[in-house]
Amino acid sequence: MGIFGFFSKDKKEKLDKGLEKTKENVFGKISRAVAGKSTIDELALDDIEEALISSDIGVETTLKIIEKLEERVSKDKYINTDELNGFLKEEISGLMQDSYNELPDVEGPYVIMVVGVNGVGKTTTIGKLAHQFKQQGKKVVLGAADTFRAAAVDQLIIWSERVGVDIVKQDMGSDPASVAFDTLQSAKANNADVVIIDTAGRLHNNINLMRELGKIRNVMQKVIPETPHDVMLVLDASTGQNAIEQATQFTAVTEVNSIALTKLDGTAKGGVVIGISDQFKVPVRYIGVGEGIEDLQQFNKTEFIDSLFN
Amino acid sequence: MFESLSEKLGKAFKTLKGKGSISEINVAQTMKEIRKALIKADVDFKTAKSFTENVRQKALGQQVLISVDPGQLLTKIMKDELSVLMGSTHSEINLSGNPTVILVAGLQGSGKTTFTGKLALLLKSKHNKRPLLVACDVYRPAAINQIGVLAEQVGVELYKEEENKNPVEIAKNAIKHAKANGHNVVIVDTAGRLAVDEKMMKEIAEVKNAINPNEILFVVDSMTGQDAVNTANSFNDILNFDGVVLTKLDGDTRGGAALTIRSVVDKPIKFIGTSEKMDGLDVFHPDRMASRILGMGDVISLVERAQQQFDEEESRKMQKKIAKNTFGFDDFLTQIQQIKKMGNMKDLMGMIPGMGKAMKGVDVDDDAFKGIESIIHSMTPHERQNPAVLNGSRKKRIAAGSGTTVPEVNQLIKQFYQMGKMMKMMQGGGAKQMMQMMKGGGGGMPGMR
Repeated sequence: MGIFGFFSKDKKEKLDKGLEKTKENVFGKISRAVAGKSTIDELALDDIEEALISSDIGVETTLKIIEKLEERVSKDKYINTDELNGFLKEEISGLMQDSYNELPDVEGPYVIMVVGVNGVGKTTTIGKLAHQFKQQGKKVVLGAADTFRAAAVDQLIIWSERVGVDIVKQDMGSDPASVAFDTLQSAKANNADVVIIDTAGRLHNNINLMRELGKIRNVMQKVIPETPHDVMLVLDASTGQNAIEQATQFTAVTEVNSIALTKLDGTAKGGVVIGISDQFKVPVRYIGVGEGIEDLQQFNKTEFIDSLFN
Repeated sequence: MFESLSEKLGKAFKTLKGKGSISEINVAQTMKEIRKALIKADVDFKTAKSFTENVRQKALGQQVLISVDPGQLLTKIMKDELSVLMGSTHSEINLSGNPTVILVAGLQGSGKTTFTGKLALLLKSKHNKRPLLVACDVYRPAAINQIGVLAEQVGVELYKEEENKNPVEIAKNAIKHAKANGHNVVIVDTAGRLAVDEKMMKEIAEVKNAINPNEILFVVDSMTGQDAVNTANSFNDILNFDGVVLTKLDGDTRGGAALTIRSVVDKPIKFIGTSEKMDGLDVFHPDRMASRILGMGDVISLVERAQQQFDEEESRKMQKKIAKNTFGFDDFLTQIQQIKKMGNMKDLMGMIPGMGKAMKGVDVDDDAFKGIESIIHSMTPHERQNPAVLNGSRKKRIAAGSGTTVPEVNQLIKQFYQMGKMMKMMQGGGAKQMMQMMKGGGGGMPGMR
């Protein structure tokens, strides 16, 4: 199982707390919709639909769930709140993907390239990830390939000092592909276990910037073939339906392998995880449920759903 | 999204065309579609519901004319309603007080610091002010460096206290500093905070009370989803802000959060952020935002984008060439480069009204111009300058060199002459005439394959 399988009580409390708002807002509403009713009527169905939609699950995914529920209700009119919860739990679970638990074995360092639009929390996520890997006894190297945003390199340097890992950097404005190249060479020479490359935030409809990602990727492969092993897309949990578009566009350019969903504790609309898992078949690997360095959690479907319903 | 909405509306009204007025029955079926479309644009569920109810009321009893598609009529009603809801005119920033104190607040990553840099530049260059930027984000690593770099870029002074971890004190000291040094505007950047973080929300309330700002701006990411309601409400409860700044509108989000925020807190949107560059700050146009939320074409933005990318110097040169009839294939290439710079072809086409529907399912290759470019690249410099010399054998050689066929080369030459004509026309009437040509179905973009 390794260290990832270990789910401490602390961690669970944090997850519960991070999802508290979503739970109240979405599932509280659903409970109230059916409270005191012996049958689920048209009105209750409408309320459930509203609750799901306003959690950012998205129209398509919500309709999927509602259709199934309608089917079930037409067969079996008397379903109580507990049964409804059980039903939703099962349905939602079916829509979501499970994440893997341990880093796959690769030759040389495991290379993660972190991408996303502006302001989603890429650099902070990298700092927290580096901390986790370091805790596991891994040798980590960071690559400061966001050479565009003012003080982005400084921000990552502070994280590298805070966590105590190496960083490879160049001046602001230098070619990000060249930084990535240097980082991989240094990691290779120093037998690092994990490399995390930061990239500048970019809006997914900016073609030139998106192409730059492809270039960074190609240059990395000159040092170590098959890299990056993991292109991690960072999404802000408060983003609405545009998150799906972001995921689609980033995948088109870099083949996204995993998703980190940040700021989940700040939104009452944690439903976006469900919508993304359903409509976009890439596993959510990390979720941010607090601002502390430990609050970036490995996503676990079962624990997530339990936290929402219990 | 709107493409399918408009189709669905069209279908629902088909039987109605030319047969009287919009009735309760045919409106009911369409309202659900409209609501769905709004929610997909990230408009909050409740706002979407009350909005559709409004539209329903307005639509009932409307006479359907033979010439107007009921779907179009309804769309117009929606657009008008949306524009009204978002405030029909745009609101200016309040620059009273000496110094004017502006407090900027918002969630993490919404774009506060970038906005403060842009605002400082705007006030300095357009309003002749002497702004002071204040770094009150004492939490995020390197936040002070970030605003420092921006302050330098736009050429304004930054007030910072690197050792001080108390934003209330820093803000107060900054105002003293501004008064002593003749700054007439103070822009206070603050740390990003979650609306649910009580401690941090209390802190910003304290900053507010300490400096008594003339203008409080709430910065919000235009991609925000359903949670925009809660966030806007929480910040408004604590700060009673004066206006909203909507950032990252250069993305492709529909920006329904704009509508949500406007309708729940009833505060005007004062600025929009449209690029990462320091001059990428615009005033808010409610009618354009309405088009965007509905996914309708936005001709004005298209023209503006074209103007932005259009190098004036280059265009003067070009005009001379056209006047002297020395416009060659090299210039044609330059034109293509400029069109390409404007962005993704599909995006651009989508901005042209009516094109959205036509483009449905058509995958516009980003390299739509590739064939043209390779043909031109296969010409000699002499041929490029003197298109008249292109005879049969030259065309054959060019076709072979570019991996195309002679008919394709011929077609390009024809398009080239057409474009020359069109540009001559533009010299007279400017962009307006060109837009008319595009709308009039004058063949659309020349050279598109």
